[in-house]
Amino acid sequence: MLSICDAFVTFNPGTPLAVPALRGVDLDIKEGQFVTVIGTNGAGKSTLLSAVAGDVRLDKGGIYIDGHDVTNWRTEQRASMIGRVFQEPRAGTCSGLTVEENLALAASRGSNRSLRNALGGGRQRRQLADQLSRLDMGLEDRLGAMAGTLSGGQRQALSLLMATLLPMKILILDEHTAALDPGAAATVLALSAEITGEQKLTTLMVTHSMRNSLDYGDRTIMMNSGRILLDVHGDKRKGYDVPDLLDLFKKTTGTEVEDDQLILA
Amino acid sequence: MSALAVAGAIEAGLLFSLVALGVYLSFRVLNFPDLTVDGSFPLGAAATAVAIIHGVDPFLATAIGTFAGCCAGFVSAYLNVRFRILNLLAGILTMVALYSINLRVMGRPNISLYGEDTIFTAFEGLIDLGIWTTSAILLVIAVVMKLLVDWFLGTQVGLALRASGENPAMARAQSVSNGRMTLVGMTVSNALVGLAGSLFAQSQGVADVSLGIGTIVTGLAALIIGETLLGSVKVFWATLGCLIGALLYRLFIAAALSAGFLGIQAQDLNLVTAVVVAIAVILSQARRNSRFKLWPKMRSLLMDTQPQKG
Repeated sequence: MLSICDAFVTFNPGTPLAVPALRGVDLDIKEGQFVTVIGTNGAGKSTLLSAVAGDVRLDKGGIYIDGHDVTNWRTEQRASMIGRVFQEPRAGTCSGLTVEENLALAASRGSNRSLRNALGGGRQRRQLADQLSRLDMGLEDRLGAMAGTLSGGQRQALSLLMATLLPMKILILDEHTAALDPGAAATVLALSAEITGEQKLTTLMVTHSMRNSLDYGDRTIMMNSGRILLDVHGDKRKGYDVPDLLDLFKKTTGTEVEDDQLILA
Repeated sequence: MSALAVAGAIEAGLLFSLVALGVYLSFRVLNFPDLTVDGSFPLGAAATAVAIIHGVDPFLATAIGTFAGCCAGFVSAYLNVRFRILNLLAGILTMVALYSINLRVMGRPNISLYGEDTIFTAFEGLIDLGIWTTSAILLVIAVVMKLLVDWFLGTQVGLALRASGENPAMARAQSVSNGRMTLVGMTVSNALVGLAGSLFAQSQGVADVSLGIGTIVTGLAALIIGETLLGSVKVFWATLGCLIGALLYRLFIAAALSAGFLGIQAQDLNLVTAVVVAIAVILSQARRNSRFKLWPKMRSLLMDTQPQKG
């Protein structure tokens, strides 16, 4: 479904500030697979997701989604194949649009937008309300509320619903619970697992928490300084616990994991 | 203030409400501080005036003026989107270029439409409200344009446009091309301004190359007054605010002029407009930002409630 071949990205190339962010990443993800991505700060996790989404262009290598070579496609061209939830709750929704308008915008993703009224009649509204009611946050009664008036958890849940409203090839979750309080984070994570499982979505989720990286999904990759360090899945992964990941990290790199947040979270 | 002065102020207010609607689309919805307006307003006037004195039907001439505004907006947007010229500078470049273009279009600094057929003379036989006839026609046009903008911003394209202006990263992720939206939005915005210029020339009977100076500031003044009175969150109220803000602003100016308030004369108009906009922006910032120190000082000054030193 998703293939990343020998991907290289350097920020500020040719300057003293040059930062190699991806240094030869190869990754193949099968349809329906839920991959969690973990790594220290600056390991290249977010760059990898941005490269898949189209926000960051590769210096070298290629990206293929469902057989299409999308390496040179712009973000908005890839958007019909990709659902995406950002880290920052404010980033994934539009504050100045109502809940209903945000959903309507997502409902026309990938199609040619016309001068038709964006908000449909009562039937479409009821469908949207049905979808919202599964979030169990009372948003179905607040279709006309500005998204800016929602809490962080509500906005992130709305983002998730917008991302998964239409059929797509890949769902990208970029530390989408990192900015939420623990309660809301747990709710949104549970919702993500529920929706991805139900729709059998091919998912790429970056997380800061080793615990979550093993508890969710069916494959875990660990990145370090722009490369994929570990890639565990199947039965082998089932036997893993957080200390095992830390051990593996130490064995492969010869250093301890220094990012405390990574272990404790 | 005479009835004639009031009628004149209402006409000007309704004309500038179209400019305010255009400025709302560029400044607020698209987040594109567009200075093309000072050029596209006289361009609309010039194109319409030239068409009319060449015997073109006034309705077609109005459409030509509006289309000329479209083109001006498109050029600014294209400079910004395609060549990545800073939006402010792109607008200024187009505005400066339009000064020469307007002179070329007209062939001279001004054209009088005295005695020519305009869309207003076309309606004269149908409705006769004396000095209020022009105002009535302009009111209908302004309300129709307001409703059209409301409708447009509620369509699929309109939603994409609003998202693109407010949150470009999110819009991209929803398959919105921000560049295309800038082109569409700027074209529509300057169409409204071109229409305003076209109607200005026809109602005032003259197109002048220096007509455009200060258009943008007047449009902003109207927009800000409307936002202060009616709020800016919902599209319906924001566009209604453009109408009411422009009307109130021109009535206020007319009252100040006729009362000889502070010795204000017609040539001081742009100065007054700039000062009013500056004060409005400062006050709205002060209200948002409690650390902003001017407001409490000014309030204590006005209310004479200086805290007593113990």
